[in-house]
Amino acid sequence: MSYPADLKYTKEHEWIKVDGSNATIGITDYAQASLGDIVFVDLPKPGSEITAGKTFGTVESVKAVSDLYAPASGTVNEVNGELATVPEKINKEANTTWMVRVTLKNPEELKNLLSAADYEKFVNEEGGH
Amino acid sequence: MPAVEATTPTIRKTALNAVHRQMGAKMVEFNGWDMPVEYPSAGGIMAEHNAVRTGVGIFDVSHMGDIRLAGPQALAAVQHISMNDASRLAIGQAQYSALLYPEGTFVDDVIVHRLGEDEYLLVINAGTREKDFNWVRDNTPQFDCKVEHLSDDFTQIAIQGPKAVNLLQKLTDADLSAVKFYWVTRGTINLLKAKPRRYLSDILIARTGYTAEDGFEIYIPADEVTSARVWNEILEAGKEFGVVPCGLGSRNTLRLEGKLPLYGHEISDTINVWEAGLDRFIKMEKPDFIGRAALENAKAVGVKRTLVGLEMVERGIARDGYKVLDEAGKEVGYVTSGSPAPFLKKNIALAYVPPALAEVGTRLKVEIRGQGVGAQVVPTPFYKRPKKN
Repeated sequence: MSYPADLKYTKEHEWIKVDGSNATIGITDYAQASLGDIVFVDLPKPGSEITAGKTFGTVESVKAVSDLYAPASGTVNEVNGELATVPEKINKEANTTWMVRVTLKNPEELKNLLSAADYEKFVNEEGGH
Repeated sequence: MPAVEATTPTIRKTALNAVHRQMGAKMVEFNGWDMPVEYPSAGGIMAEHNAVRTGVGIFDVSHMGDIRLAGPQALAAVQHISMNDASRLAIGQAQYSALLYPEGTFVDDVIVHRLGEDEYLLVINAGTREKDFNWVRDNTPQFDCKVEHLSDDFTQIAIQGPKAVNLLQKLTDADLSAVKFYWVTRGTINLLKAKPRRYLSDILIARTGYTAEDGFEIYIPADEVTSARVWNEILEAGKEFGVVPCGLGSRNTLRLEGKLPLYGHEISDTINVWEAGLDRFIKMEKPDFIGRAALENAKAVGVKRTLVGLEMVERGIARDGYKVLDEAGKEVGYVTSGSPAPFLKKNIALAYVPPALAEVGTRLKVEIRGQGVGAQVVPTPFYKRPKKN
């Protein structure tokens, strides 16, 4: 498992990579491993609004359906269309396979997110029970 | 969900629990049991599933239960409590059957093995062990026959796939080529790793399974040391066939492709035999049995719902419990089991719908997160193993 330091994390296992007022969002290595073989991703259409802490889509493995929670609020500019045909890419490269690209509405929200070190500590505790 | 018996508060473990954990299996609770759902080291559910379709995989199914009926009236007792005709079984033969309530609904589905002249073994589901045993005991006091609950006596390992016979033949003196599907034999299992070399003798070896593939289920003593040795020995002997350990995840997708029912899903205490489409396993002409009268009436009345296979034609995965809608968007039924099918590479489901909507080719919708997603009724089983020449 790896959690790059330049990403920020949610306790629901999404990451966000911020570049100025834009950001990309994906799920963590821990999330993909917990889900197993990912077979389906349901994402919002470009132009949709997403809200911090609220669901914005769904990811499904053979066995499980899991909601995606927005790390921050914003407007979806682009959806990673590749995932409609090769969702398993998330299993292989979770840290670099973004799902949506957004324009952030309120960058202040990012302060509520976890650093890589804090996220790693969080999943180690969660996985330990 | 149908009511099942209260499960014990402590989670139960099979004798292979430590082995699964050592192998890095992802563990889940299933019907009160701590069981492997998949082995990431084996590649996960899809790889496990496809190994069983094309090679061989092994499953710990020790959570399954076993009830033995033995005595001069064992056959009469089995006939009274089960819907198939056990009088047709030769010694060493097995049949799929079910225990029914007087209403014609399911206590459980079972495999009935005839082990001897007056000896039968019922293999039952994990989640219904106590309920089934109580049911069998309480409904057979009038017969001269002993009813024993042997669920904790066995570690049960399923060896499944087209190469299962090649793998298991390396480890046993039983001639497996002489054991037909749904027959059972006794044989040795060689303990390669034991020193000095020794054998487990008189092991039950049944050519049965829950994967819609050829395969065997073996019943070995439930102690941890023996269980671990045999499990590891099978993996070792199976290397040349690419054997993989498999969890409950692939067990479920394999049985779904083969349309094998799962208790609490396709069958339950509120679903009857006709609805479930298990007509060919019920023998109405045999001597009276529990559930028969109600089913005779139910047949005359006709069913209000029937089990069908669905294939998604639009993008989406049907899951257990999702609503089934007609083309106009009206709710007409529900999904009992739904999943991506790893070998068929389609999204499939079993569902209860009114008979008028059950014809192959009928267009339906499955409600997925509030939206009707297109599906159609397809022939079942979704998967049928290739016939051997």
